[in-house]
Amino acid sequence: MKRSDREKELSRRTISRRALLLGAVQLGFAGTLLWRLRDMQLNQSEQFRLLAEENRINLRLLPPIRGLILDRNGVILAGNEQNYRVVIKRDDAGDIDLVLSRLAQLIPLSEEDIERARRDMLRNRPFVPVTVAERLSWEEISRVAANAPALPGVTPEMGMSRAYPLREDTAHVVGYVGPVSERDLEALETPDPVLFIPRFQIGKSGVERMAEDRLRGRAGSQRVEVNSVGRVMRELDRVEGTPGANVHLTIDARLQNYALERLHGQSAAAVVMDVKNGDILALASGPSFDPNLFVRGISSTNFNELLNNDYRPLVNKTVQGMYPPGSTFKMVTALAALEAGVTNGQETVFCPGHMDVSGNRFHCWKRGGHGRVGMVAALAESCDVYFYEMSQRCGIDKINEMSTRLGLGIRYELPITSVAGGLNPTREWKRNNRNSEWRIGDTVNASIGQGFVLTTPLQLAVMTARLATNSAVLPRLVRDPLDRTEREMASLDLRPEWLRMIRQGMAQTVNDRRGTAYSSRIVADGQIMAGKTGTSQVFSITRAERESGVRRQDQLPWNRRNHGLFVNYAPYDNPRIAVSIVVEHGGGGSSAAAPIGRDITLAALNDGVPPLSAYPAPQRNRIQYEQDEMHERLRRPEDLRLSRA
Amino acid sequence: MSYLEYNTSQMPTGLRKVLYLNWPLIALLIMVASYGFVMLYSVAGGSLTPWAEPQIKRFGLGLLAMFVVAFTPLWFWRSTAGVAYGVTILLLLGVEFFGTVGMGAKRWLVIGPLRLQPSELAKITTILALAAYYDWIDIKKISHPVHVVIAAMIALVPTLLVLRQPDLGTAMLIAAGGGVVIFAAGVHWGYFAALIGSGIGLVTAVLQSRGTEWQLLKDYQYRRIDAFLDPTLDPLGAGYHINQSMIALGSGGWSGRGFMEGTQARLNFLPEKHTDFIFTTLAEEFGFVGASSLLLLYMMILAVCLLTALRTTNRFGALLVMGVIGNFFLYFAVNMAMVMGLAPVVGVPLPLVSFGGSAMLVLMIGFGLVHSAHIHRARLPS
Repeated sequence: MKRSDREKELSRRTISRRALLLGAVQLGFAGTLLWRLRDMQLNQSEQFRLLAEENRINLRLLPPIRGLILDRNGVILAGNEQNYRVVIKRDDAGDIDLVLSRLAQLIPLSEEDIERARRDMLRNRPFVPVTVAERLSWEEISRVAANAPALPGVTPEMGMSRAYPLREDTAHVVGYVGPVSERDLEALETPDPVLFIPRFQIGKSGVERMAEDRLRGRAGSQRVEVNSVGRVMRELDRVEGTPGANVHLTIDARLQNYALERLHGQSAAAVVMDVKNGDILALASGPSFDPNLFVRGISSTNFNELLNNDYRPLVNKTVQGMYPPGSTFKMVTALAALEAGVTNGQETVFCPGHMDVSGNRFHCWKRGGHGRVGMVAALAESCDVYFYEMSQRCGIDKINEMSTRLGLGIRYELPITSVAGGLNPTREWKRNNRNSEWRIGDTVNASIGQGFVLTTPLQLAVMTARLATNSAVLPRLVRDPLDRTEREMASLDLRPEWLRMIRQGMAQTVNDRRGTAYSSRIVADGQIMAGKTGTSQVFSITRAERESGVRRQDQLPWNRRNHGLFVNYAPYDNPRIAVSIVVEHGGGGSSAAAPIGRDITLAALNDGVPPLSAYPAPQRNRIQYEQDEMHERLRRPEDLRLSRA
Repeated sequence: MSYLEYNTSQMPTGLRKVLYLNWPLIALLIMVASYGFVMLYSVAGGSLTPWAEPQIKRFGLGLLAMFVVAFTPLWFWRSTAGVAYGVTILLLLGVEFFGTVGMGAKRWLVIGPLRLQPSELAKITTILALAAYYDWIDIKKISHPVHVVIAAMIALVPTLLVLRQPDLGTAMLIAAGGGVVIFAAGVHWGYFAALIGSGIGLVTAVLQSRGTEWQLLKDYQYRRIDAFLDPTLDPLGAGYHINQSMIALGSGGWSGRGFMEGTQARLNFLPEKHTDFIFTTLAEEFGFVGASSLLLLYMMILAVCLLTALRTTNRFGALLVMGVIGNFFLYFAVNMAMVMGLAPVVGVPLPLVSFGGSAMLVLMIGFGLVHSAHIHRARLPS
């Protein structure tokens, strides 16, 4: 439309007015934006900078290397193994199924493994590495590395995992590690942050658990830059952690292995102790288990198998098993009587095969009786009646006192789990726990280590060491190899003439033709041992059984047979080691336990398989056969890997 | 102004037009676009691909288109405004019925090898149509309700069609461009007062309708509003983008964290860092200096264009320029307000800087129209 100039002027003026107005509004808004920009970038930039740093920087803990557990010679009992594993990243792999199927041709992978890997990969973000296989051998990992071009996204990796190279041998002592559980965390007031690292493992039993603080070390840390989805872009800085300290045990791995193998097939315990300083050289509880299974995460089948086994492989019988000591307790009764002054030891007691005490008949194990016996003979032939008599003369209080003095009924502080205290029954104990008064019959039972008395194999070894040295030997399991100071042991203050009698009785037990362990004697010069057998009754043979013809232990079912016990020290003239053996339901001390004690003693004294010459000539053929059979199972010296430290 | 009133004696012709181009505007456009190239290079981790290089090419293409539009006589644009508007509406309807869906919205129309985004086109053609309309009708009658309703319809039809896609950001820009033209033409105050009043009413209605059967917006749009009102409410959900954007922006400080050193952008904490959130990256890496200088450049573009509008007596040309800059202003203002947490997250890119082909081309055509109005301005008789 053709406009007049007036109209044009009007139009221009209107538009100009409105345009300037709009411009002003726009300028105002821009001013607001500028003000906001200034506020955020100049006034609050510190806070925002901090938030940005929080966004991008992630603190990661570097798990420390766990300290080693070594035997007295530096043999690795618990070490850290290079753990070769294969990880795969989805976003690099492309065709997951193809890569996995190729991988399965190179390393053993079950259908289950493949399925699990696939599931993990799909569940995680594509750049998260998923472990496909762990604990591969060097050959397997090399095969994967060599075929890398055909395996996109697959990387061989190396980590550290706990390994017990001697497997069963020290399972009960060293224990094992496992992943941190909720319960572990609850037990701690301020848990070490390292415990929250996924798959971090801590000691669950044995030395691994008790020395956890020393073994664990301190975590290092690493600051990394991550992107919005958590992928690590680069490392900013790193503080290395402190590796855990090594723990040196007093155990001799070779002797331990021999002891455990000597217990093979039995549910039994053996303790070998250095009588001078209390070092525990072997602490074997058979049957044992492979702690490596627990590190890997034991299957429920395997675990139930261990749990339901009658021989209780999971129990450390050396410190946890409490047994009536039987006749091995007789030294206590004898010394109690000597100290109480109720006998001089030379005086004899007549044993008709039984004794009647307040209306009850107490039998001697030898139905026909021992006739007249003095203390030495009573010990050697293990006459029960003699000790029935002595205990009545001196009373339970004296026996109790002597028992404690010799190290029984005491819970020793050792860095292993579930150390039991045994039981030294007193009048007060019975009143509190059995709700009845102590009776003379209880004393008579206690005199031969039956009734209420309970001891652990460790305590019996301590007792034997104390008898051999007349000093208050305390057991020791951990020892700093740099610490050369001799341990000072308090004297037991037992009169030498009393001890001479006890030791003579123990020597005759093994070396006298009438002794109960005569068939287990050692004939090698300078290695003669002194010991004491014990047979502790678990169940009496019932009247019904007796009538149906059961006379002997081996006719009973296994779990009703007597325990066989044996304690000894050697060499007799210059004691170095004390040994205690308990064979659960082994029948009798002289038949089941004494031969084991003898062999382990010889192994300890000879630092290896006992020489045949140490055995009496007529036995050598049989021993040779036994040794050959055992040889297969023993660990060879090259299996014992030394720590480089 | 039709070609009949064209006073050829006052108009530059042929190559002489080059001399009459709005050169300050061209310089400003190149400077702003360069900000974009630098930032796109940075967010790609120091690489020309995949963003900076295509962006440079598109800008070159945009400049070319701008010159072509600029040299075309203004009367041509006035004459074809109606047709262009009609075609745009048809294309928008085409999208409605045959459009392809992408990212939860129907925005594209595929015709043979061509992929068209008619909503971008609508930004320009709506302004053209309204400017032509007001140039056509009697100045004294512009506030007559019938004419106001017709003008409002011209702006609202494409707005509603785009809103249906749904594309809130573009719809807003179309409506605003139209609104600015209507306002600049001199329509009575009362209508705008009424509009603002009803706008407040509409916002209330939108918020009130939430969760009812006649809910006016999509759920995700409501969530964006929530996130805008309190970004910390849900830092990992809808508020995440705003939060991360504000962190990046604030951490820039006075001079920024340095070129390619912005951690928020480089580590992907920023969403859409090459498009909607490119201003955040700029503010993070170049700080207040970088961010405010870009804002200043934008304002200078506005000023230069405004001058063109003020200096022409050509009603169509002046209204056209006002529409283009109204649209342009809202473009960057909404984007900046959004990344600063002053406006809800609506998908509006930063003009000339964000990566994107169609938007760039349409903007440059818009500035071509400004040039055309500048070159072919009706000069006052001297």
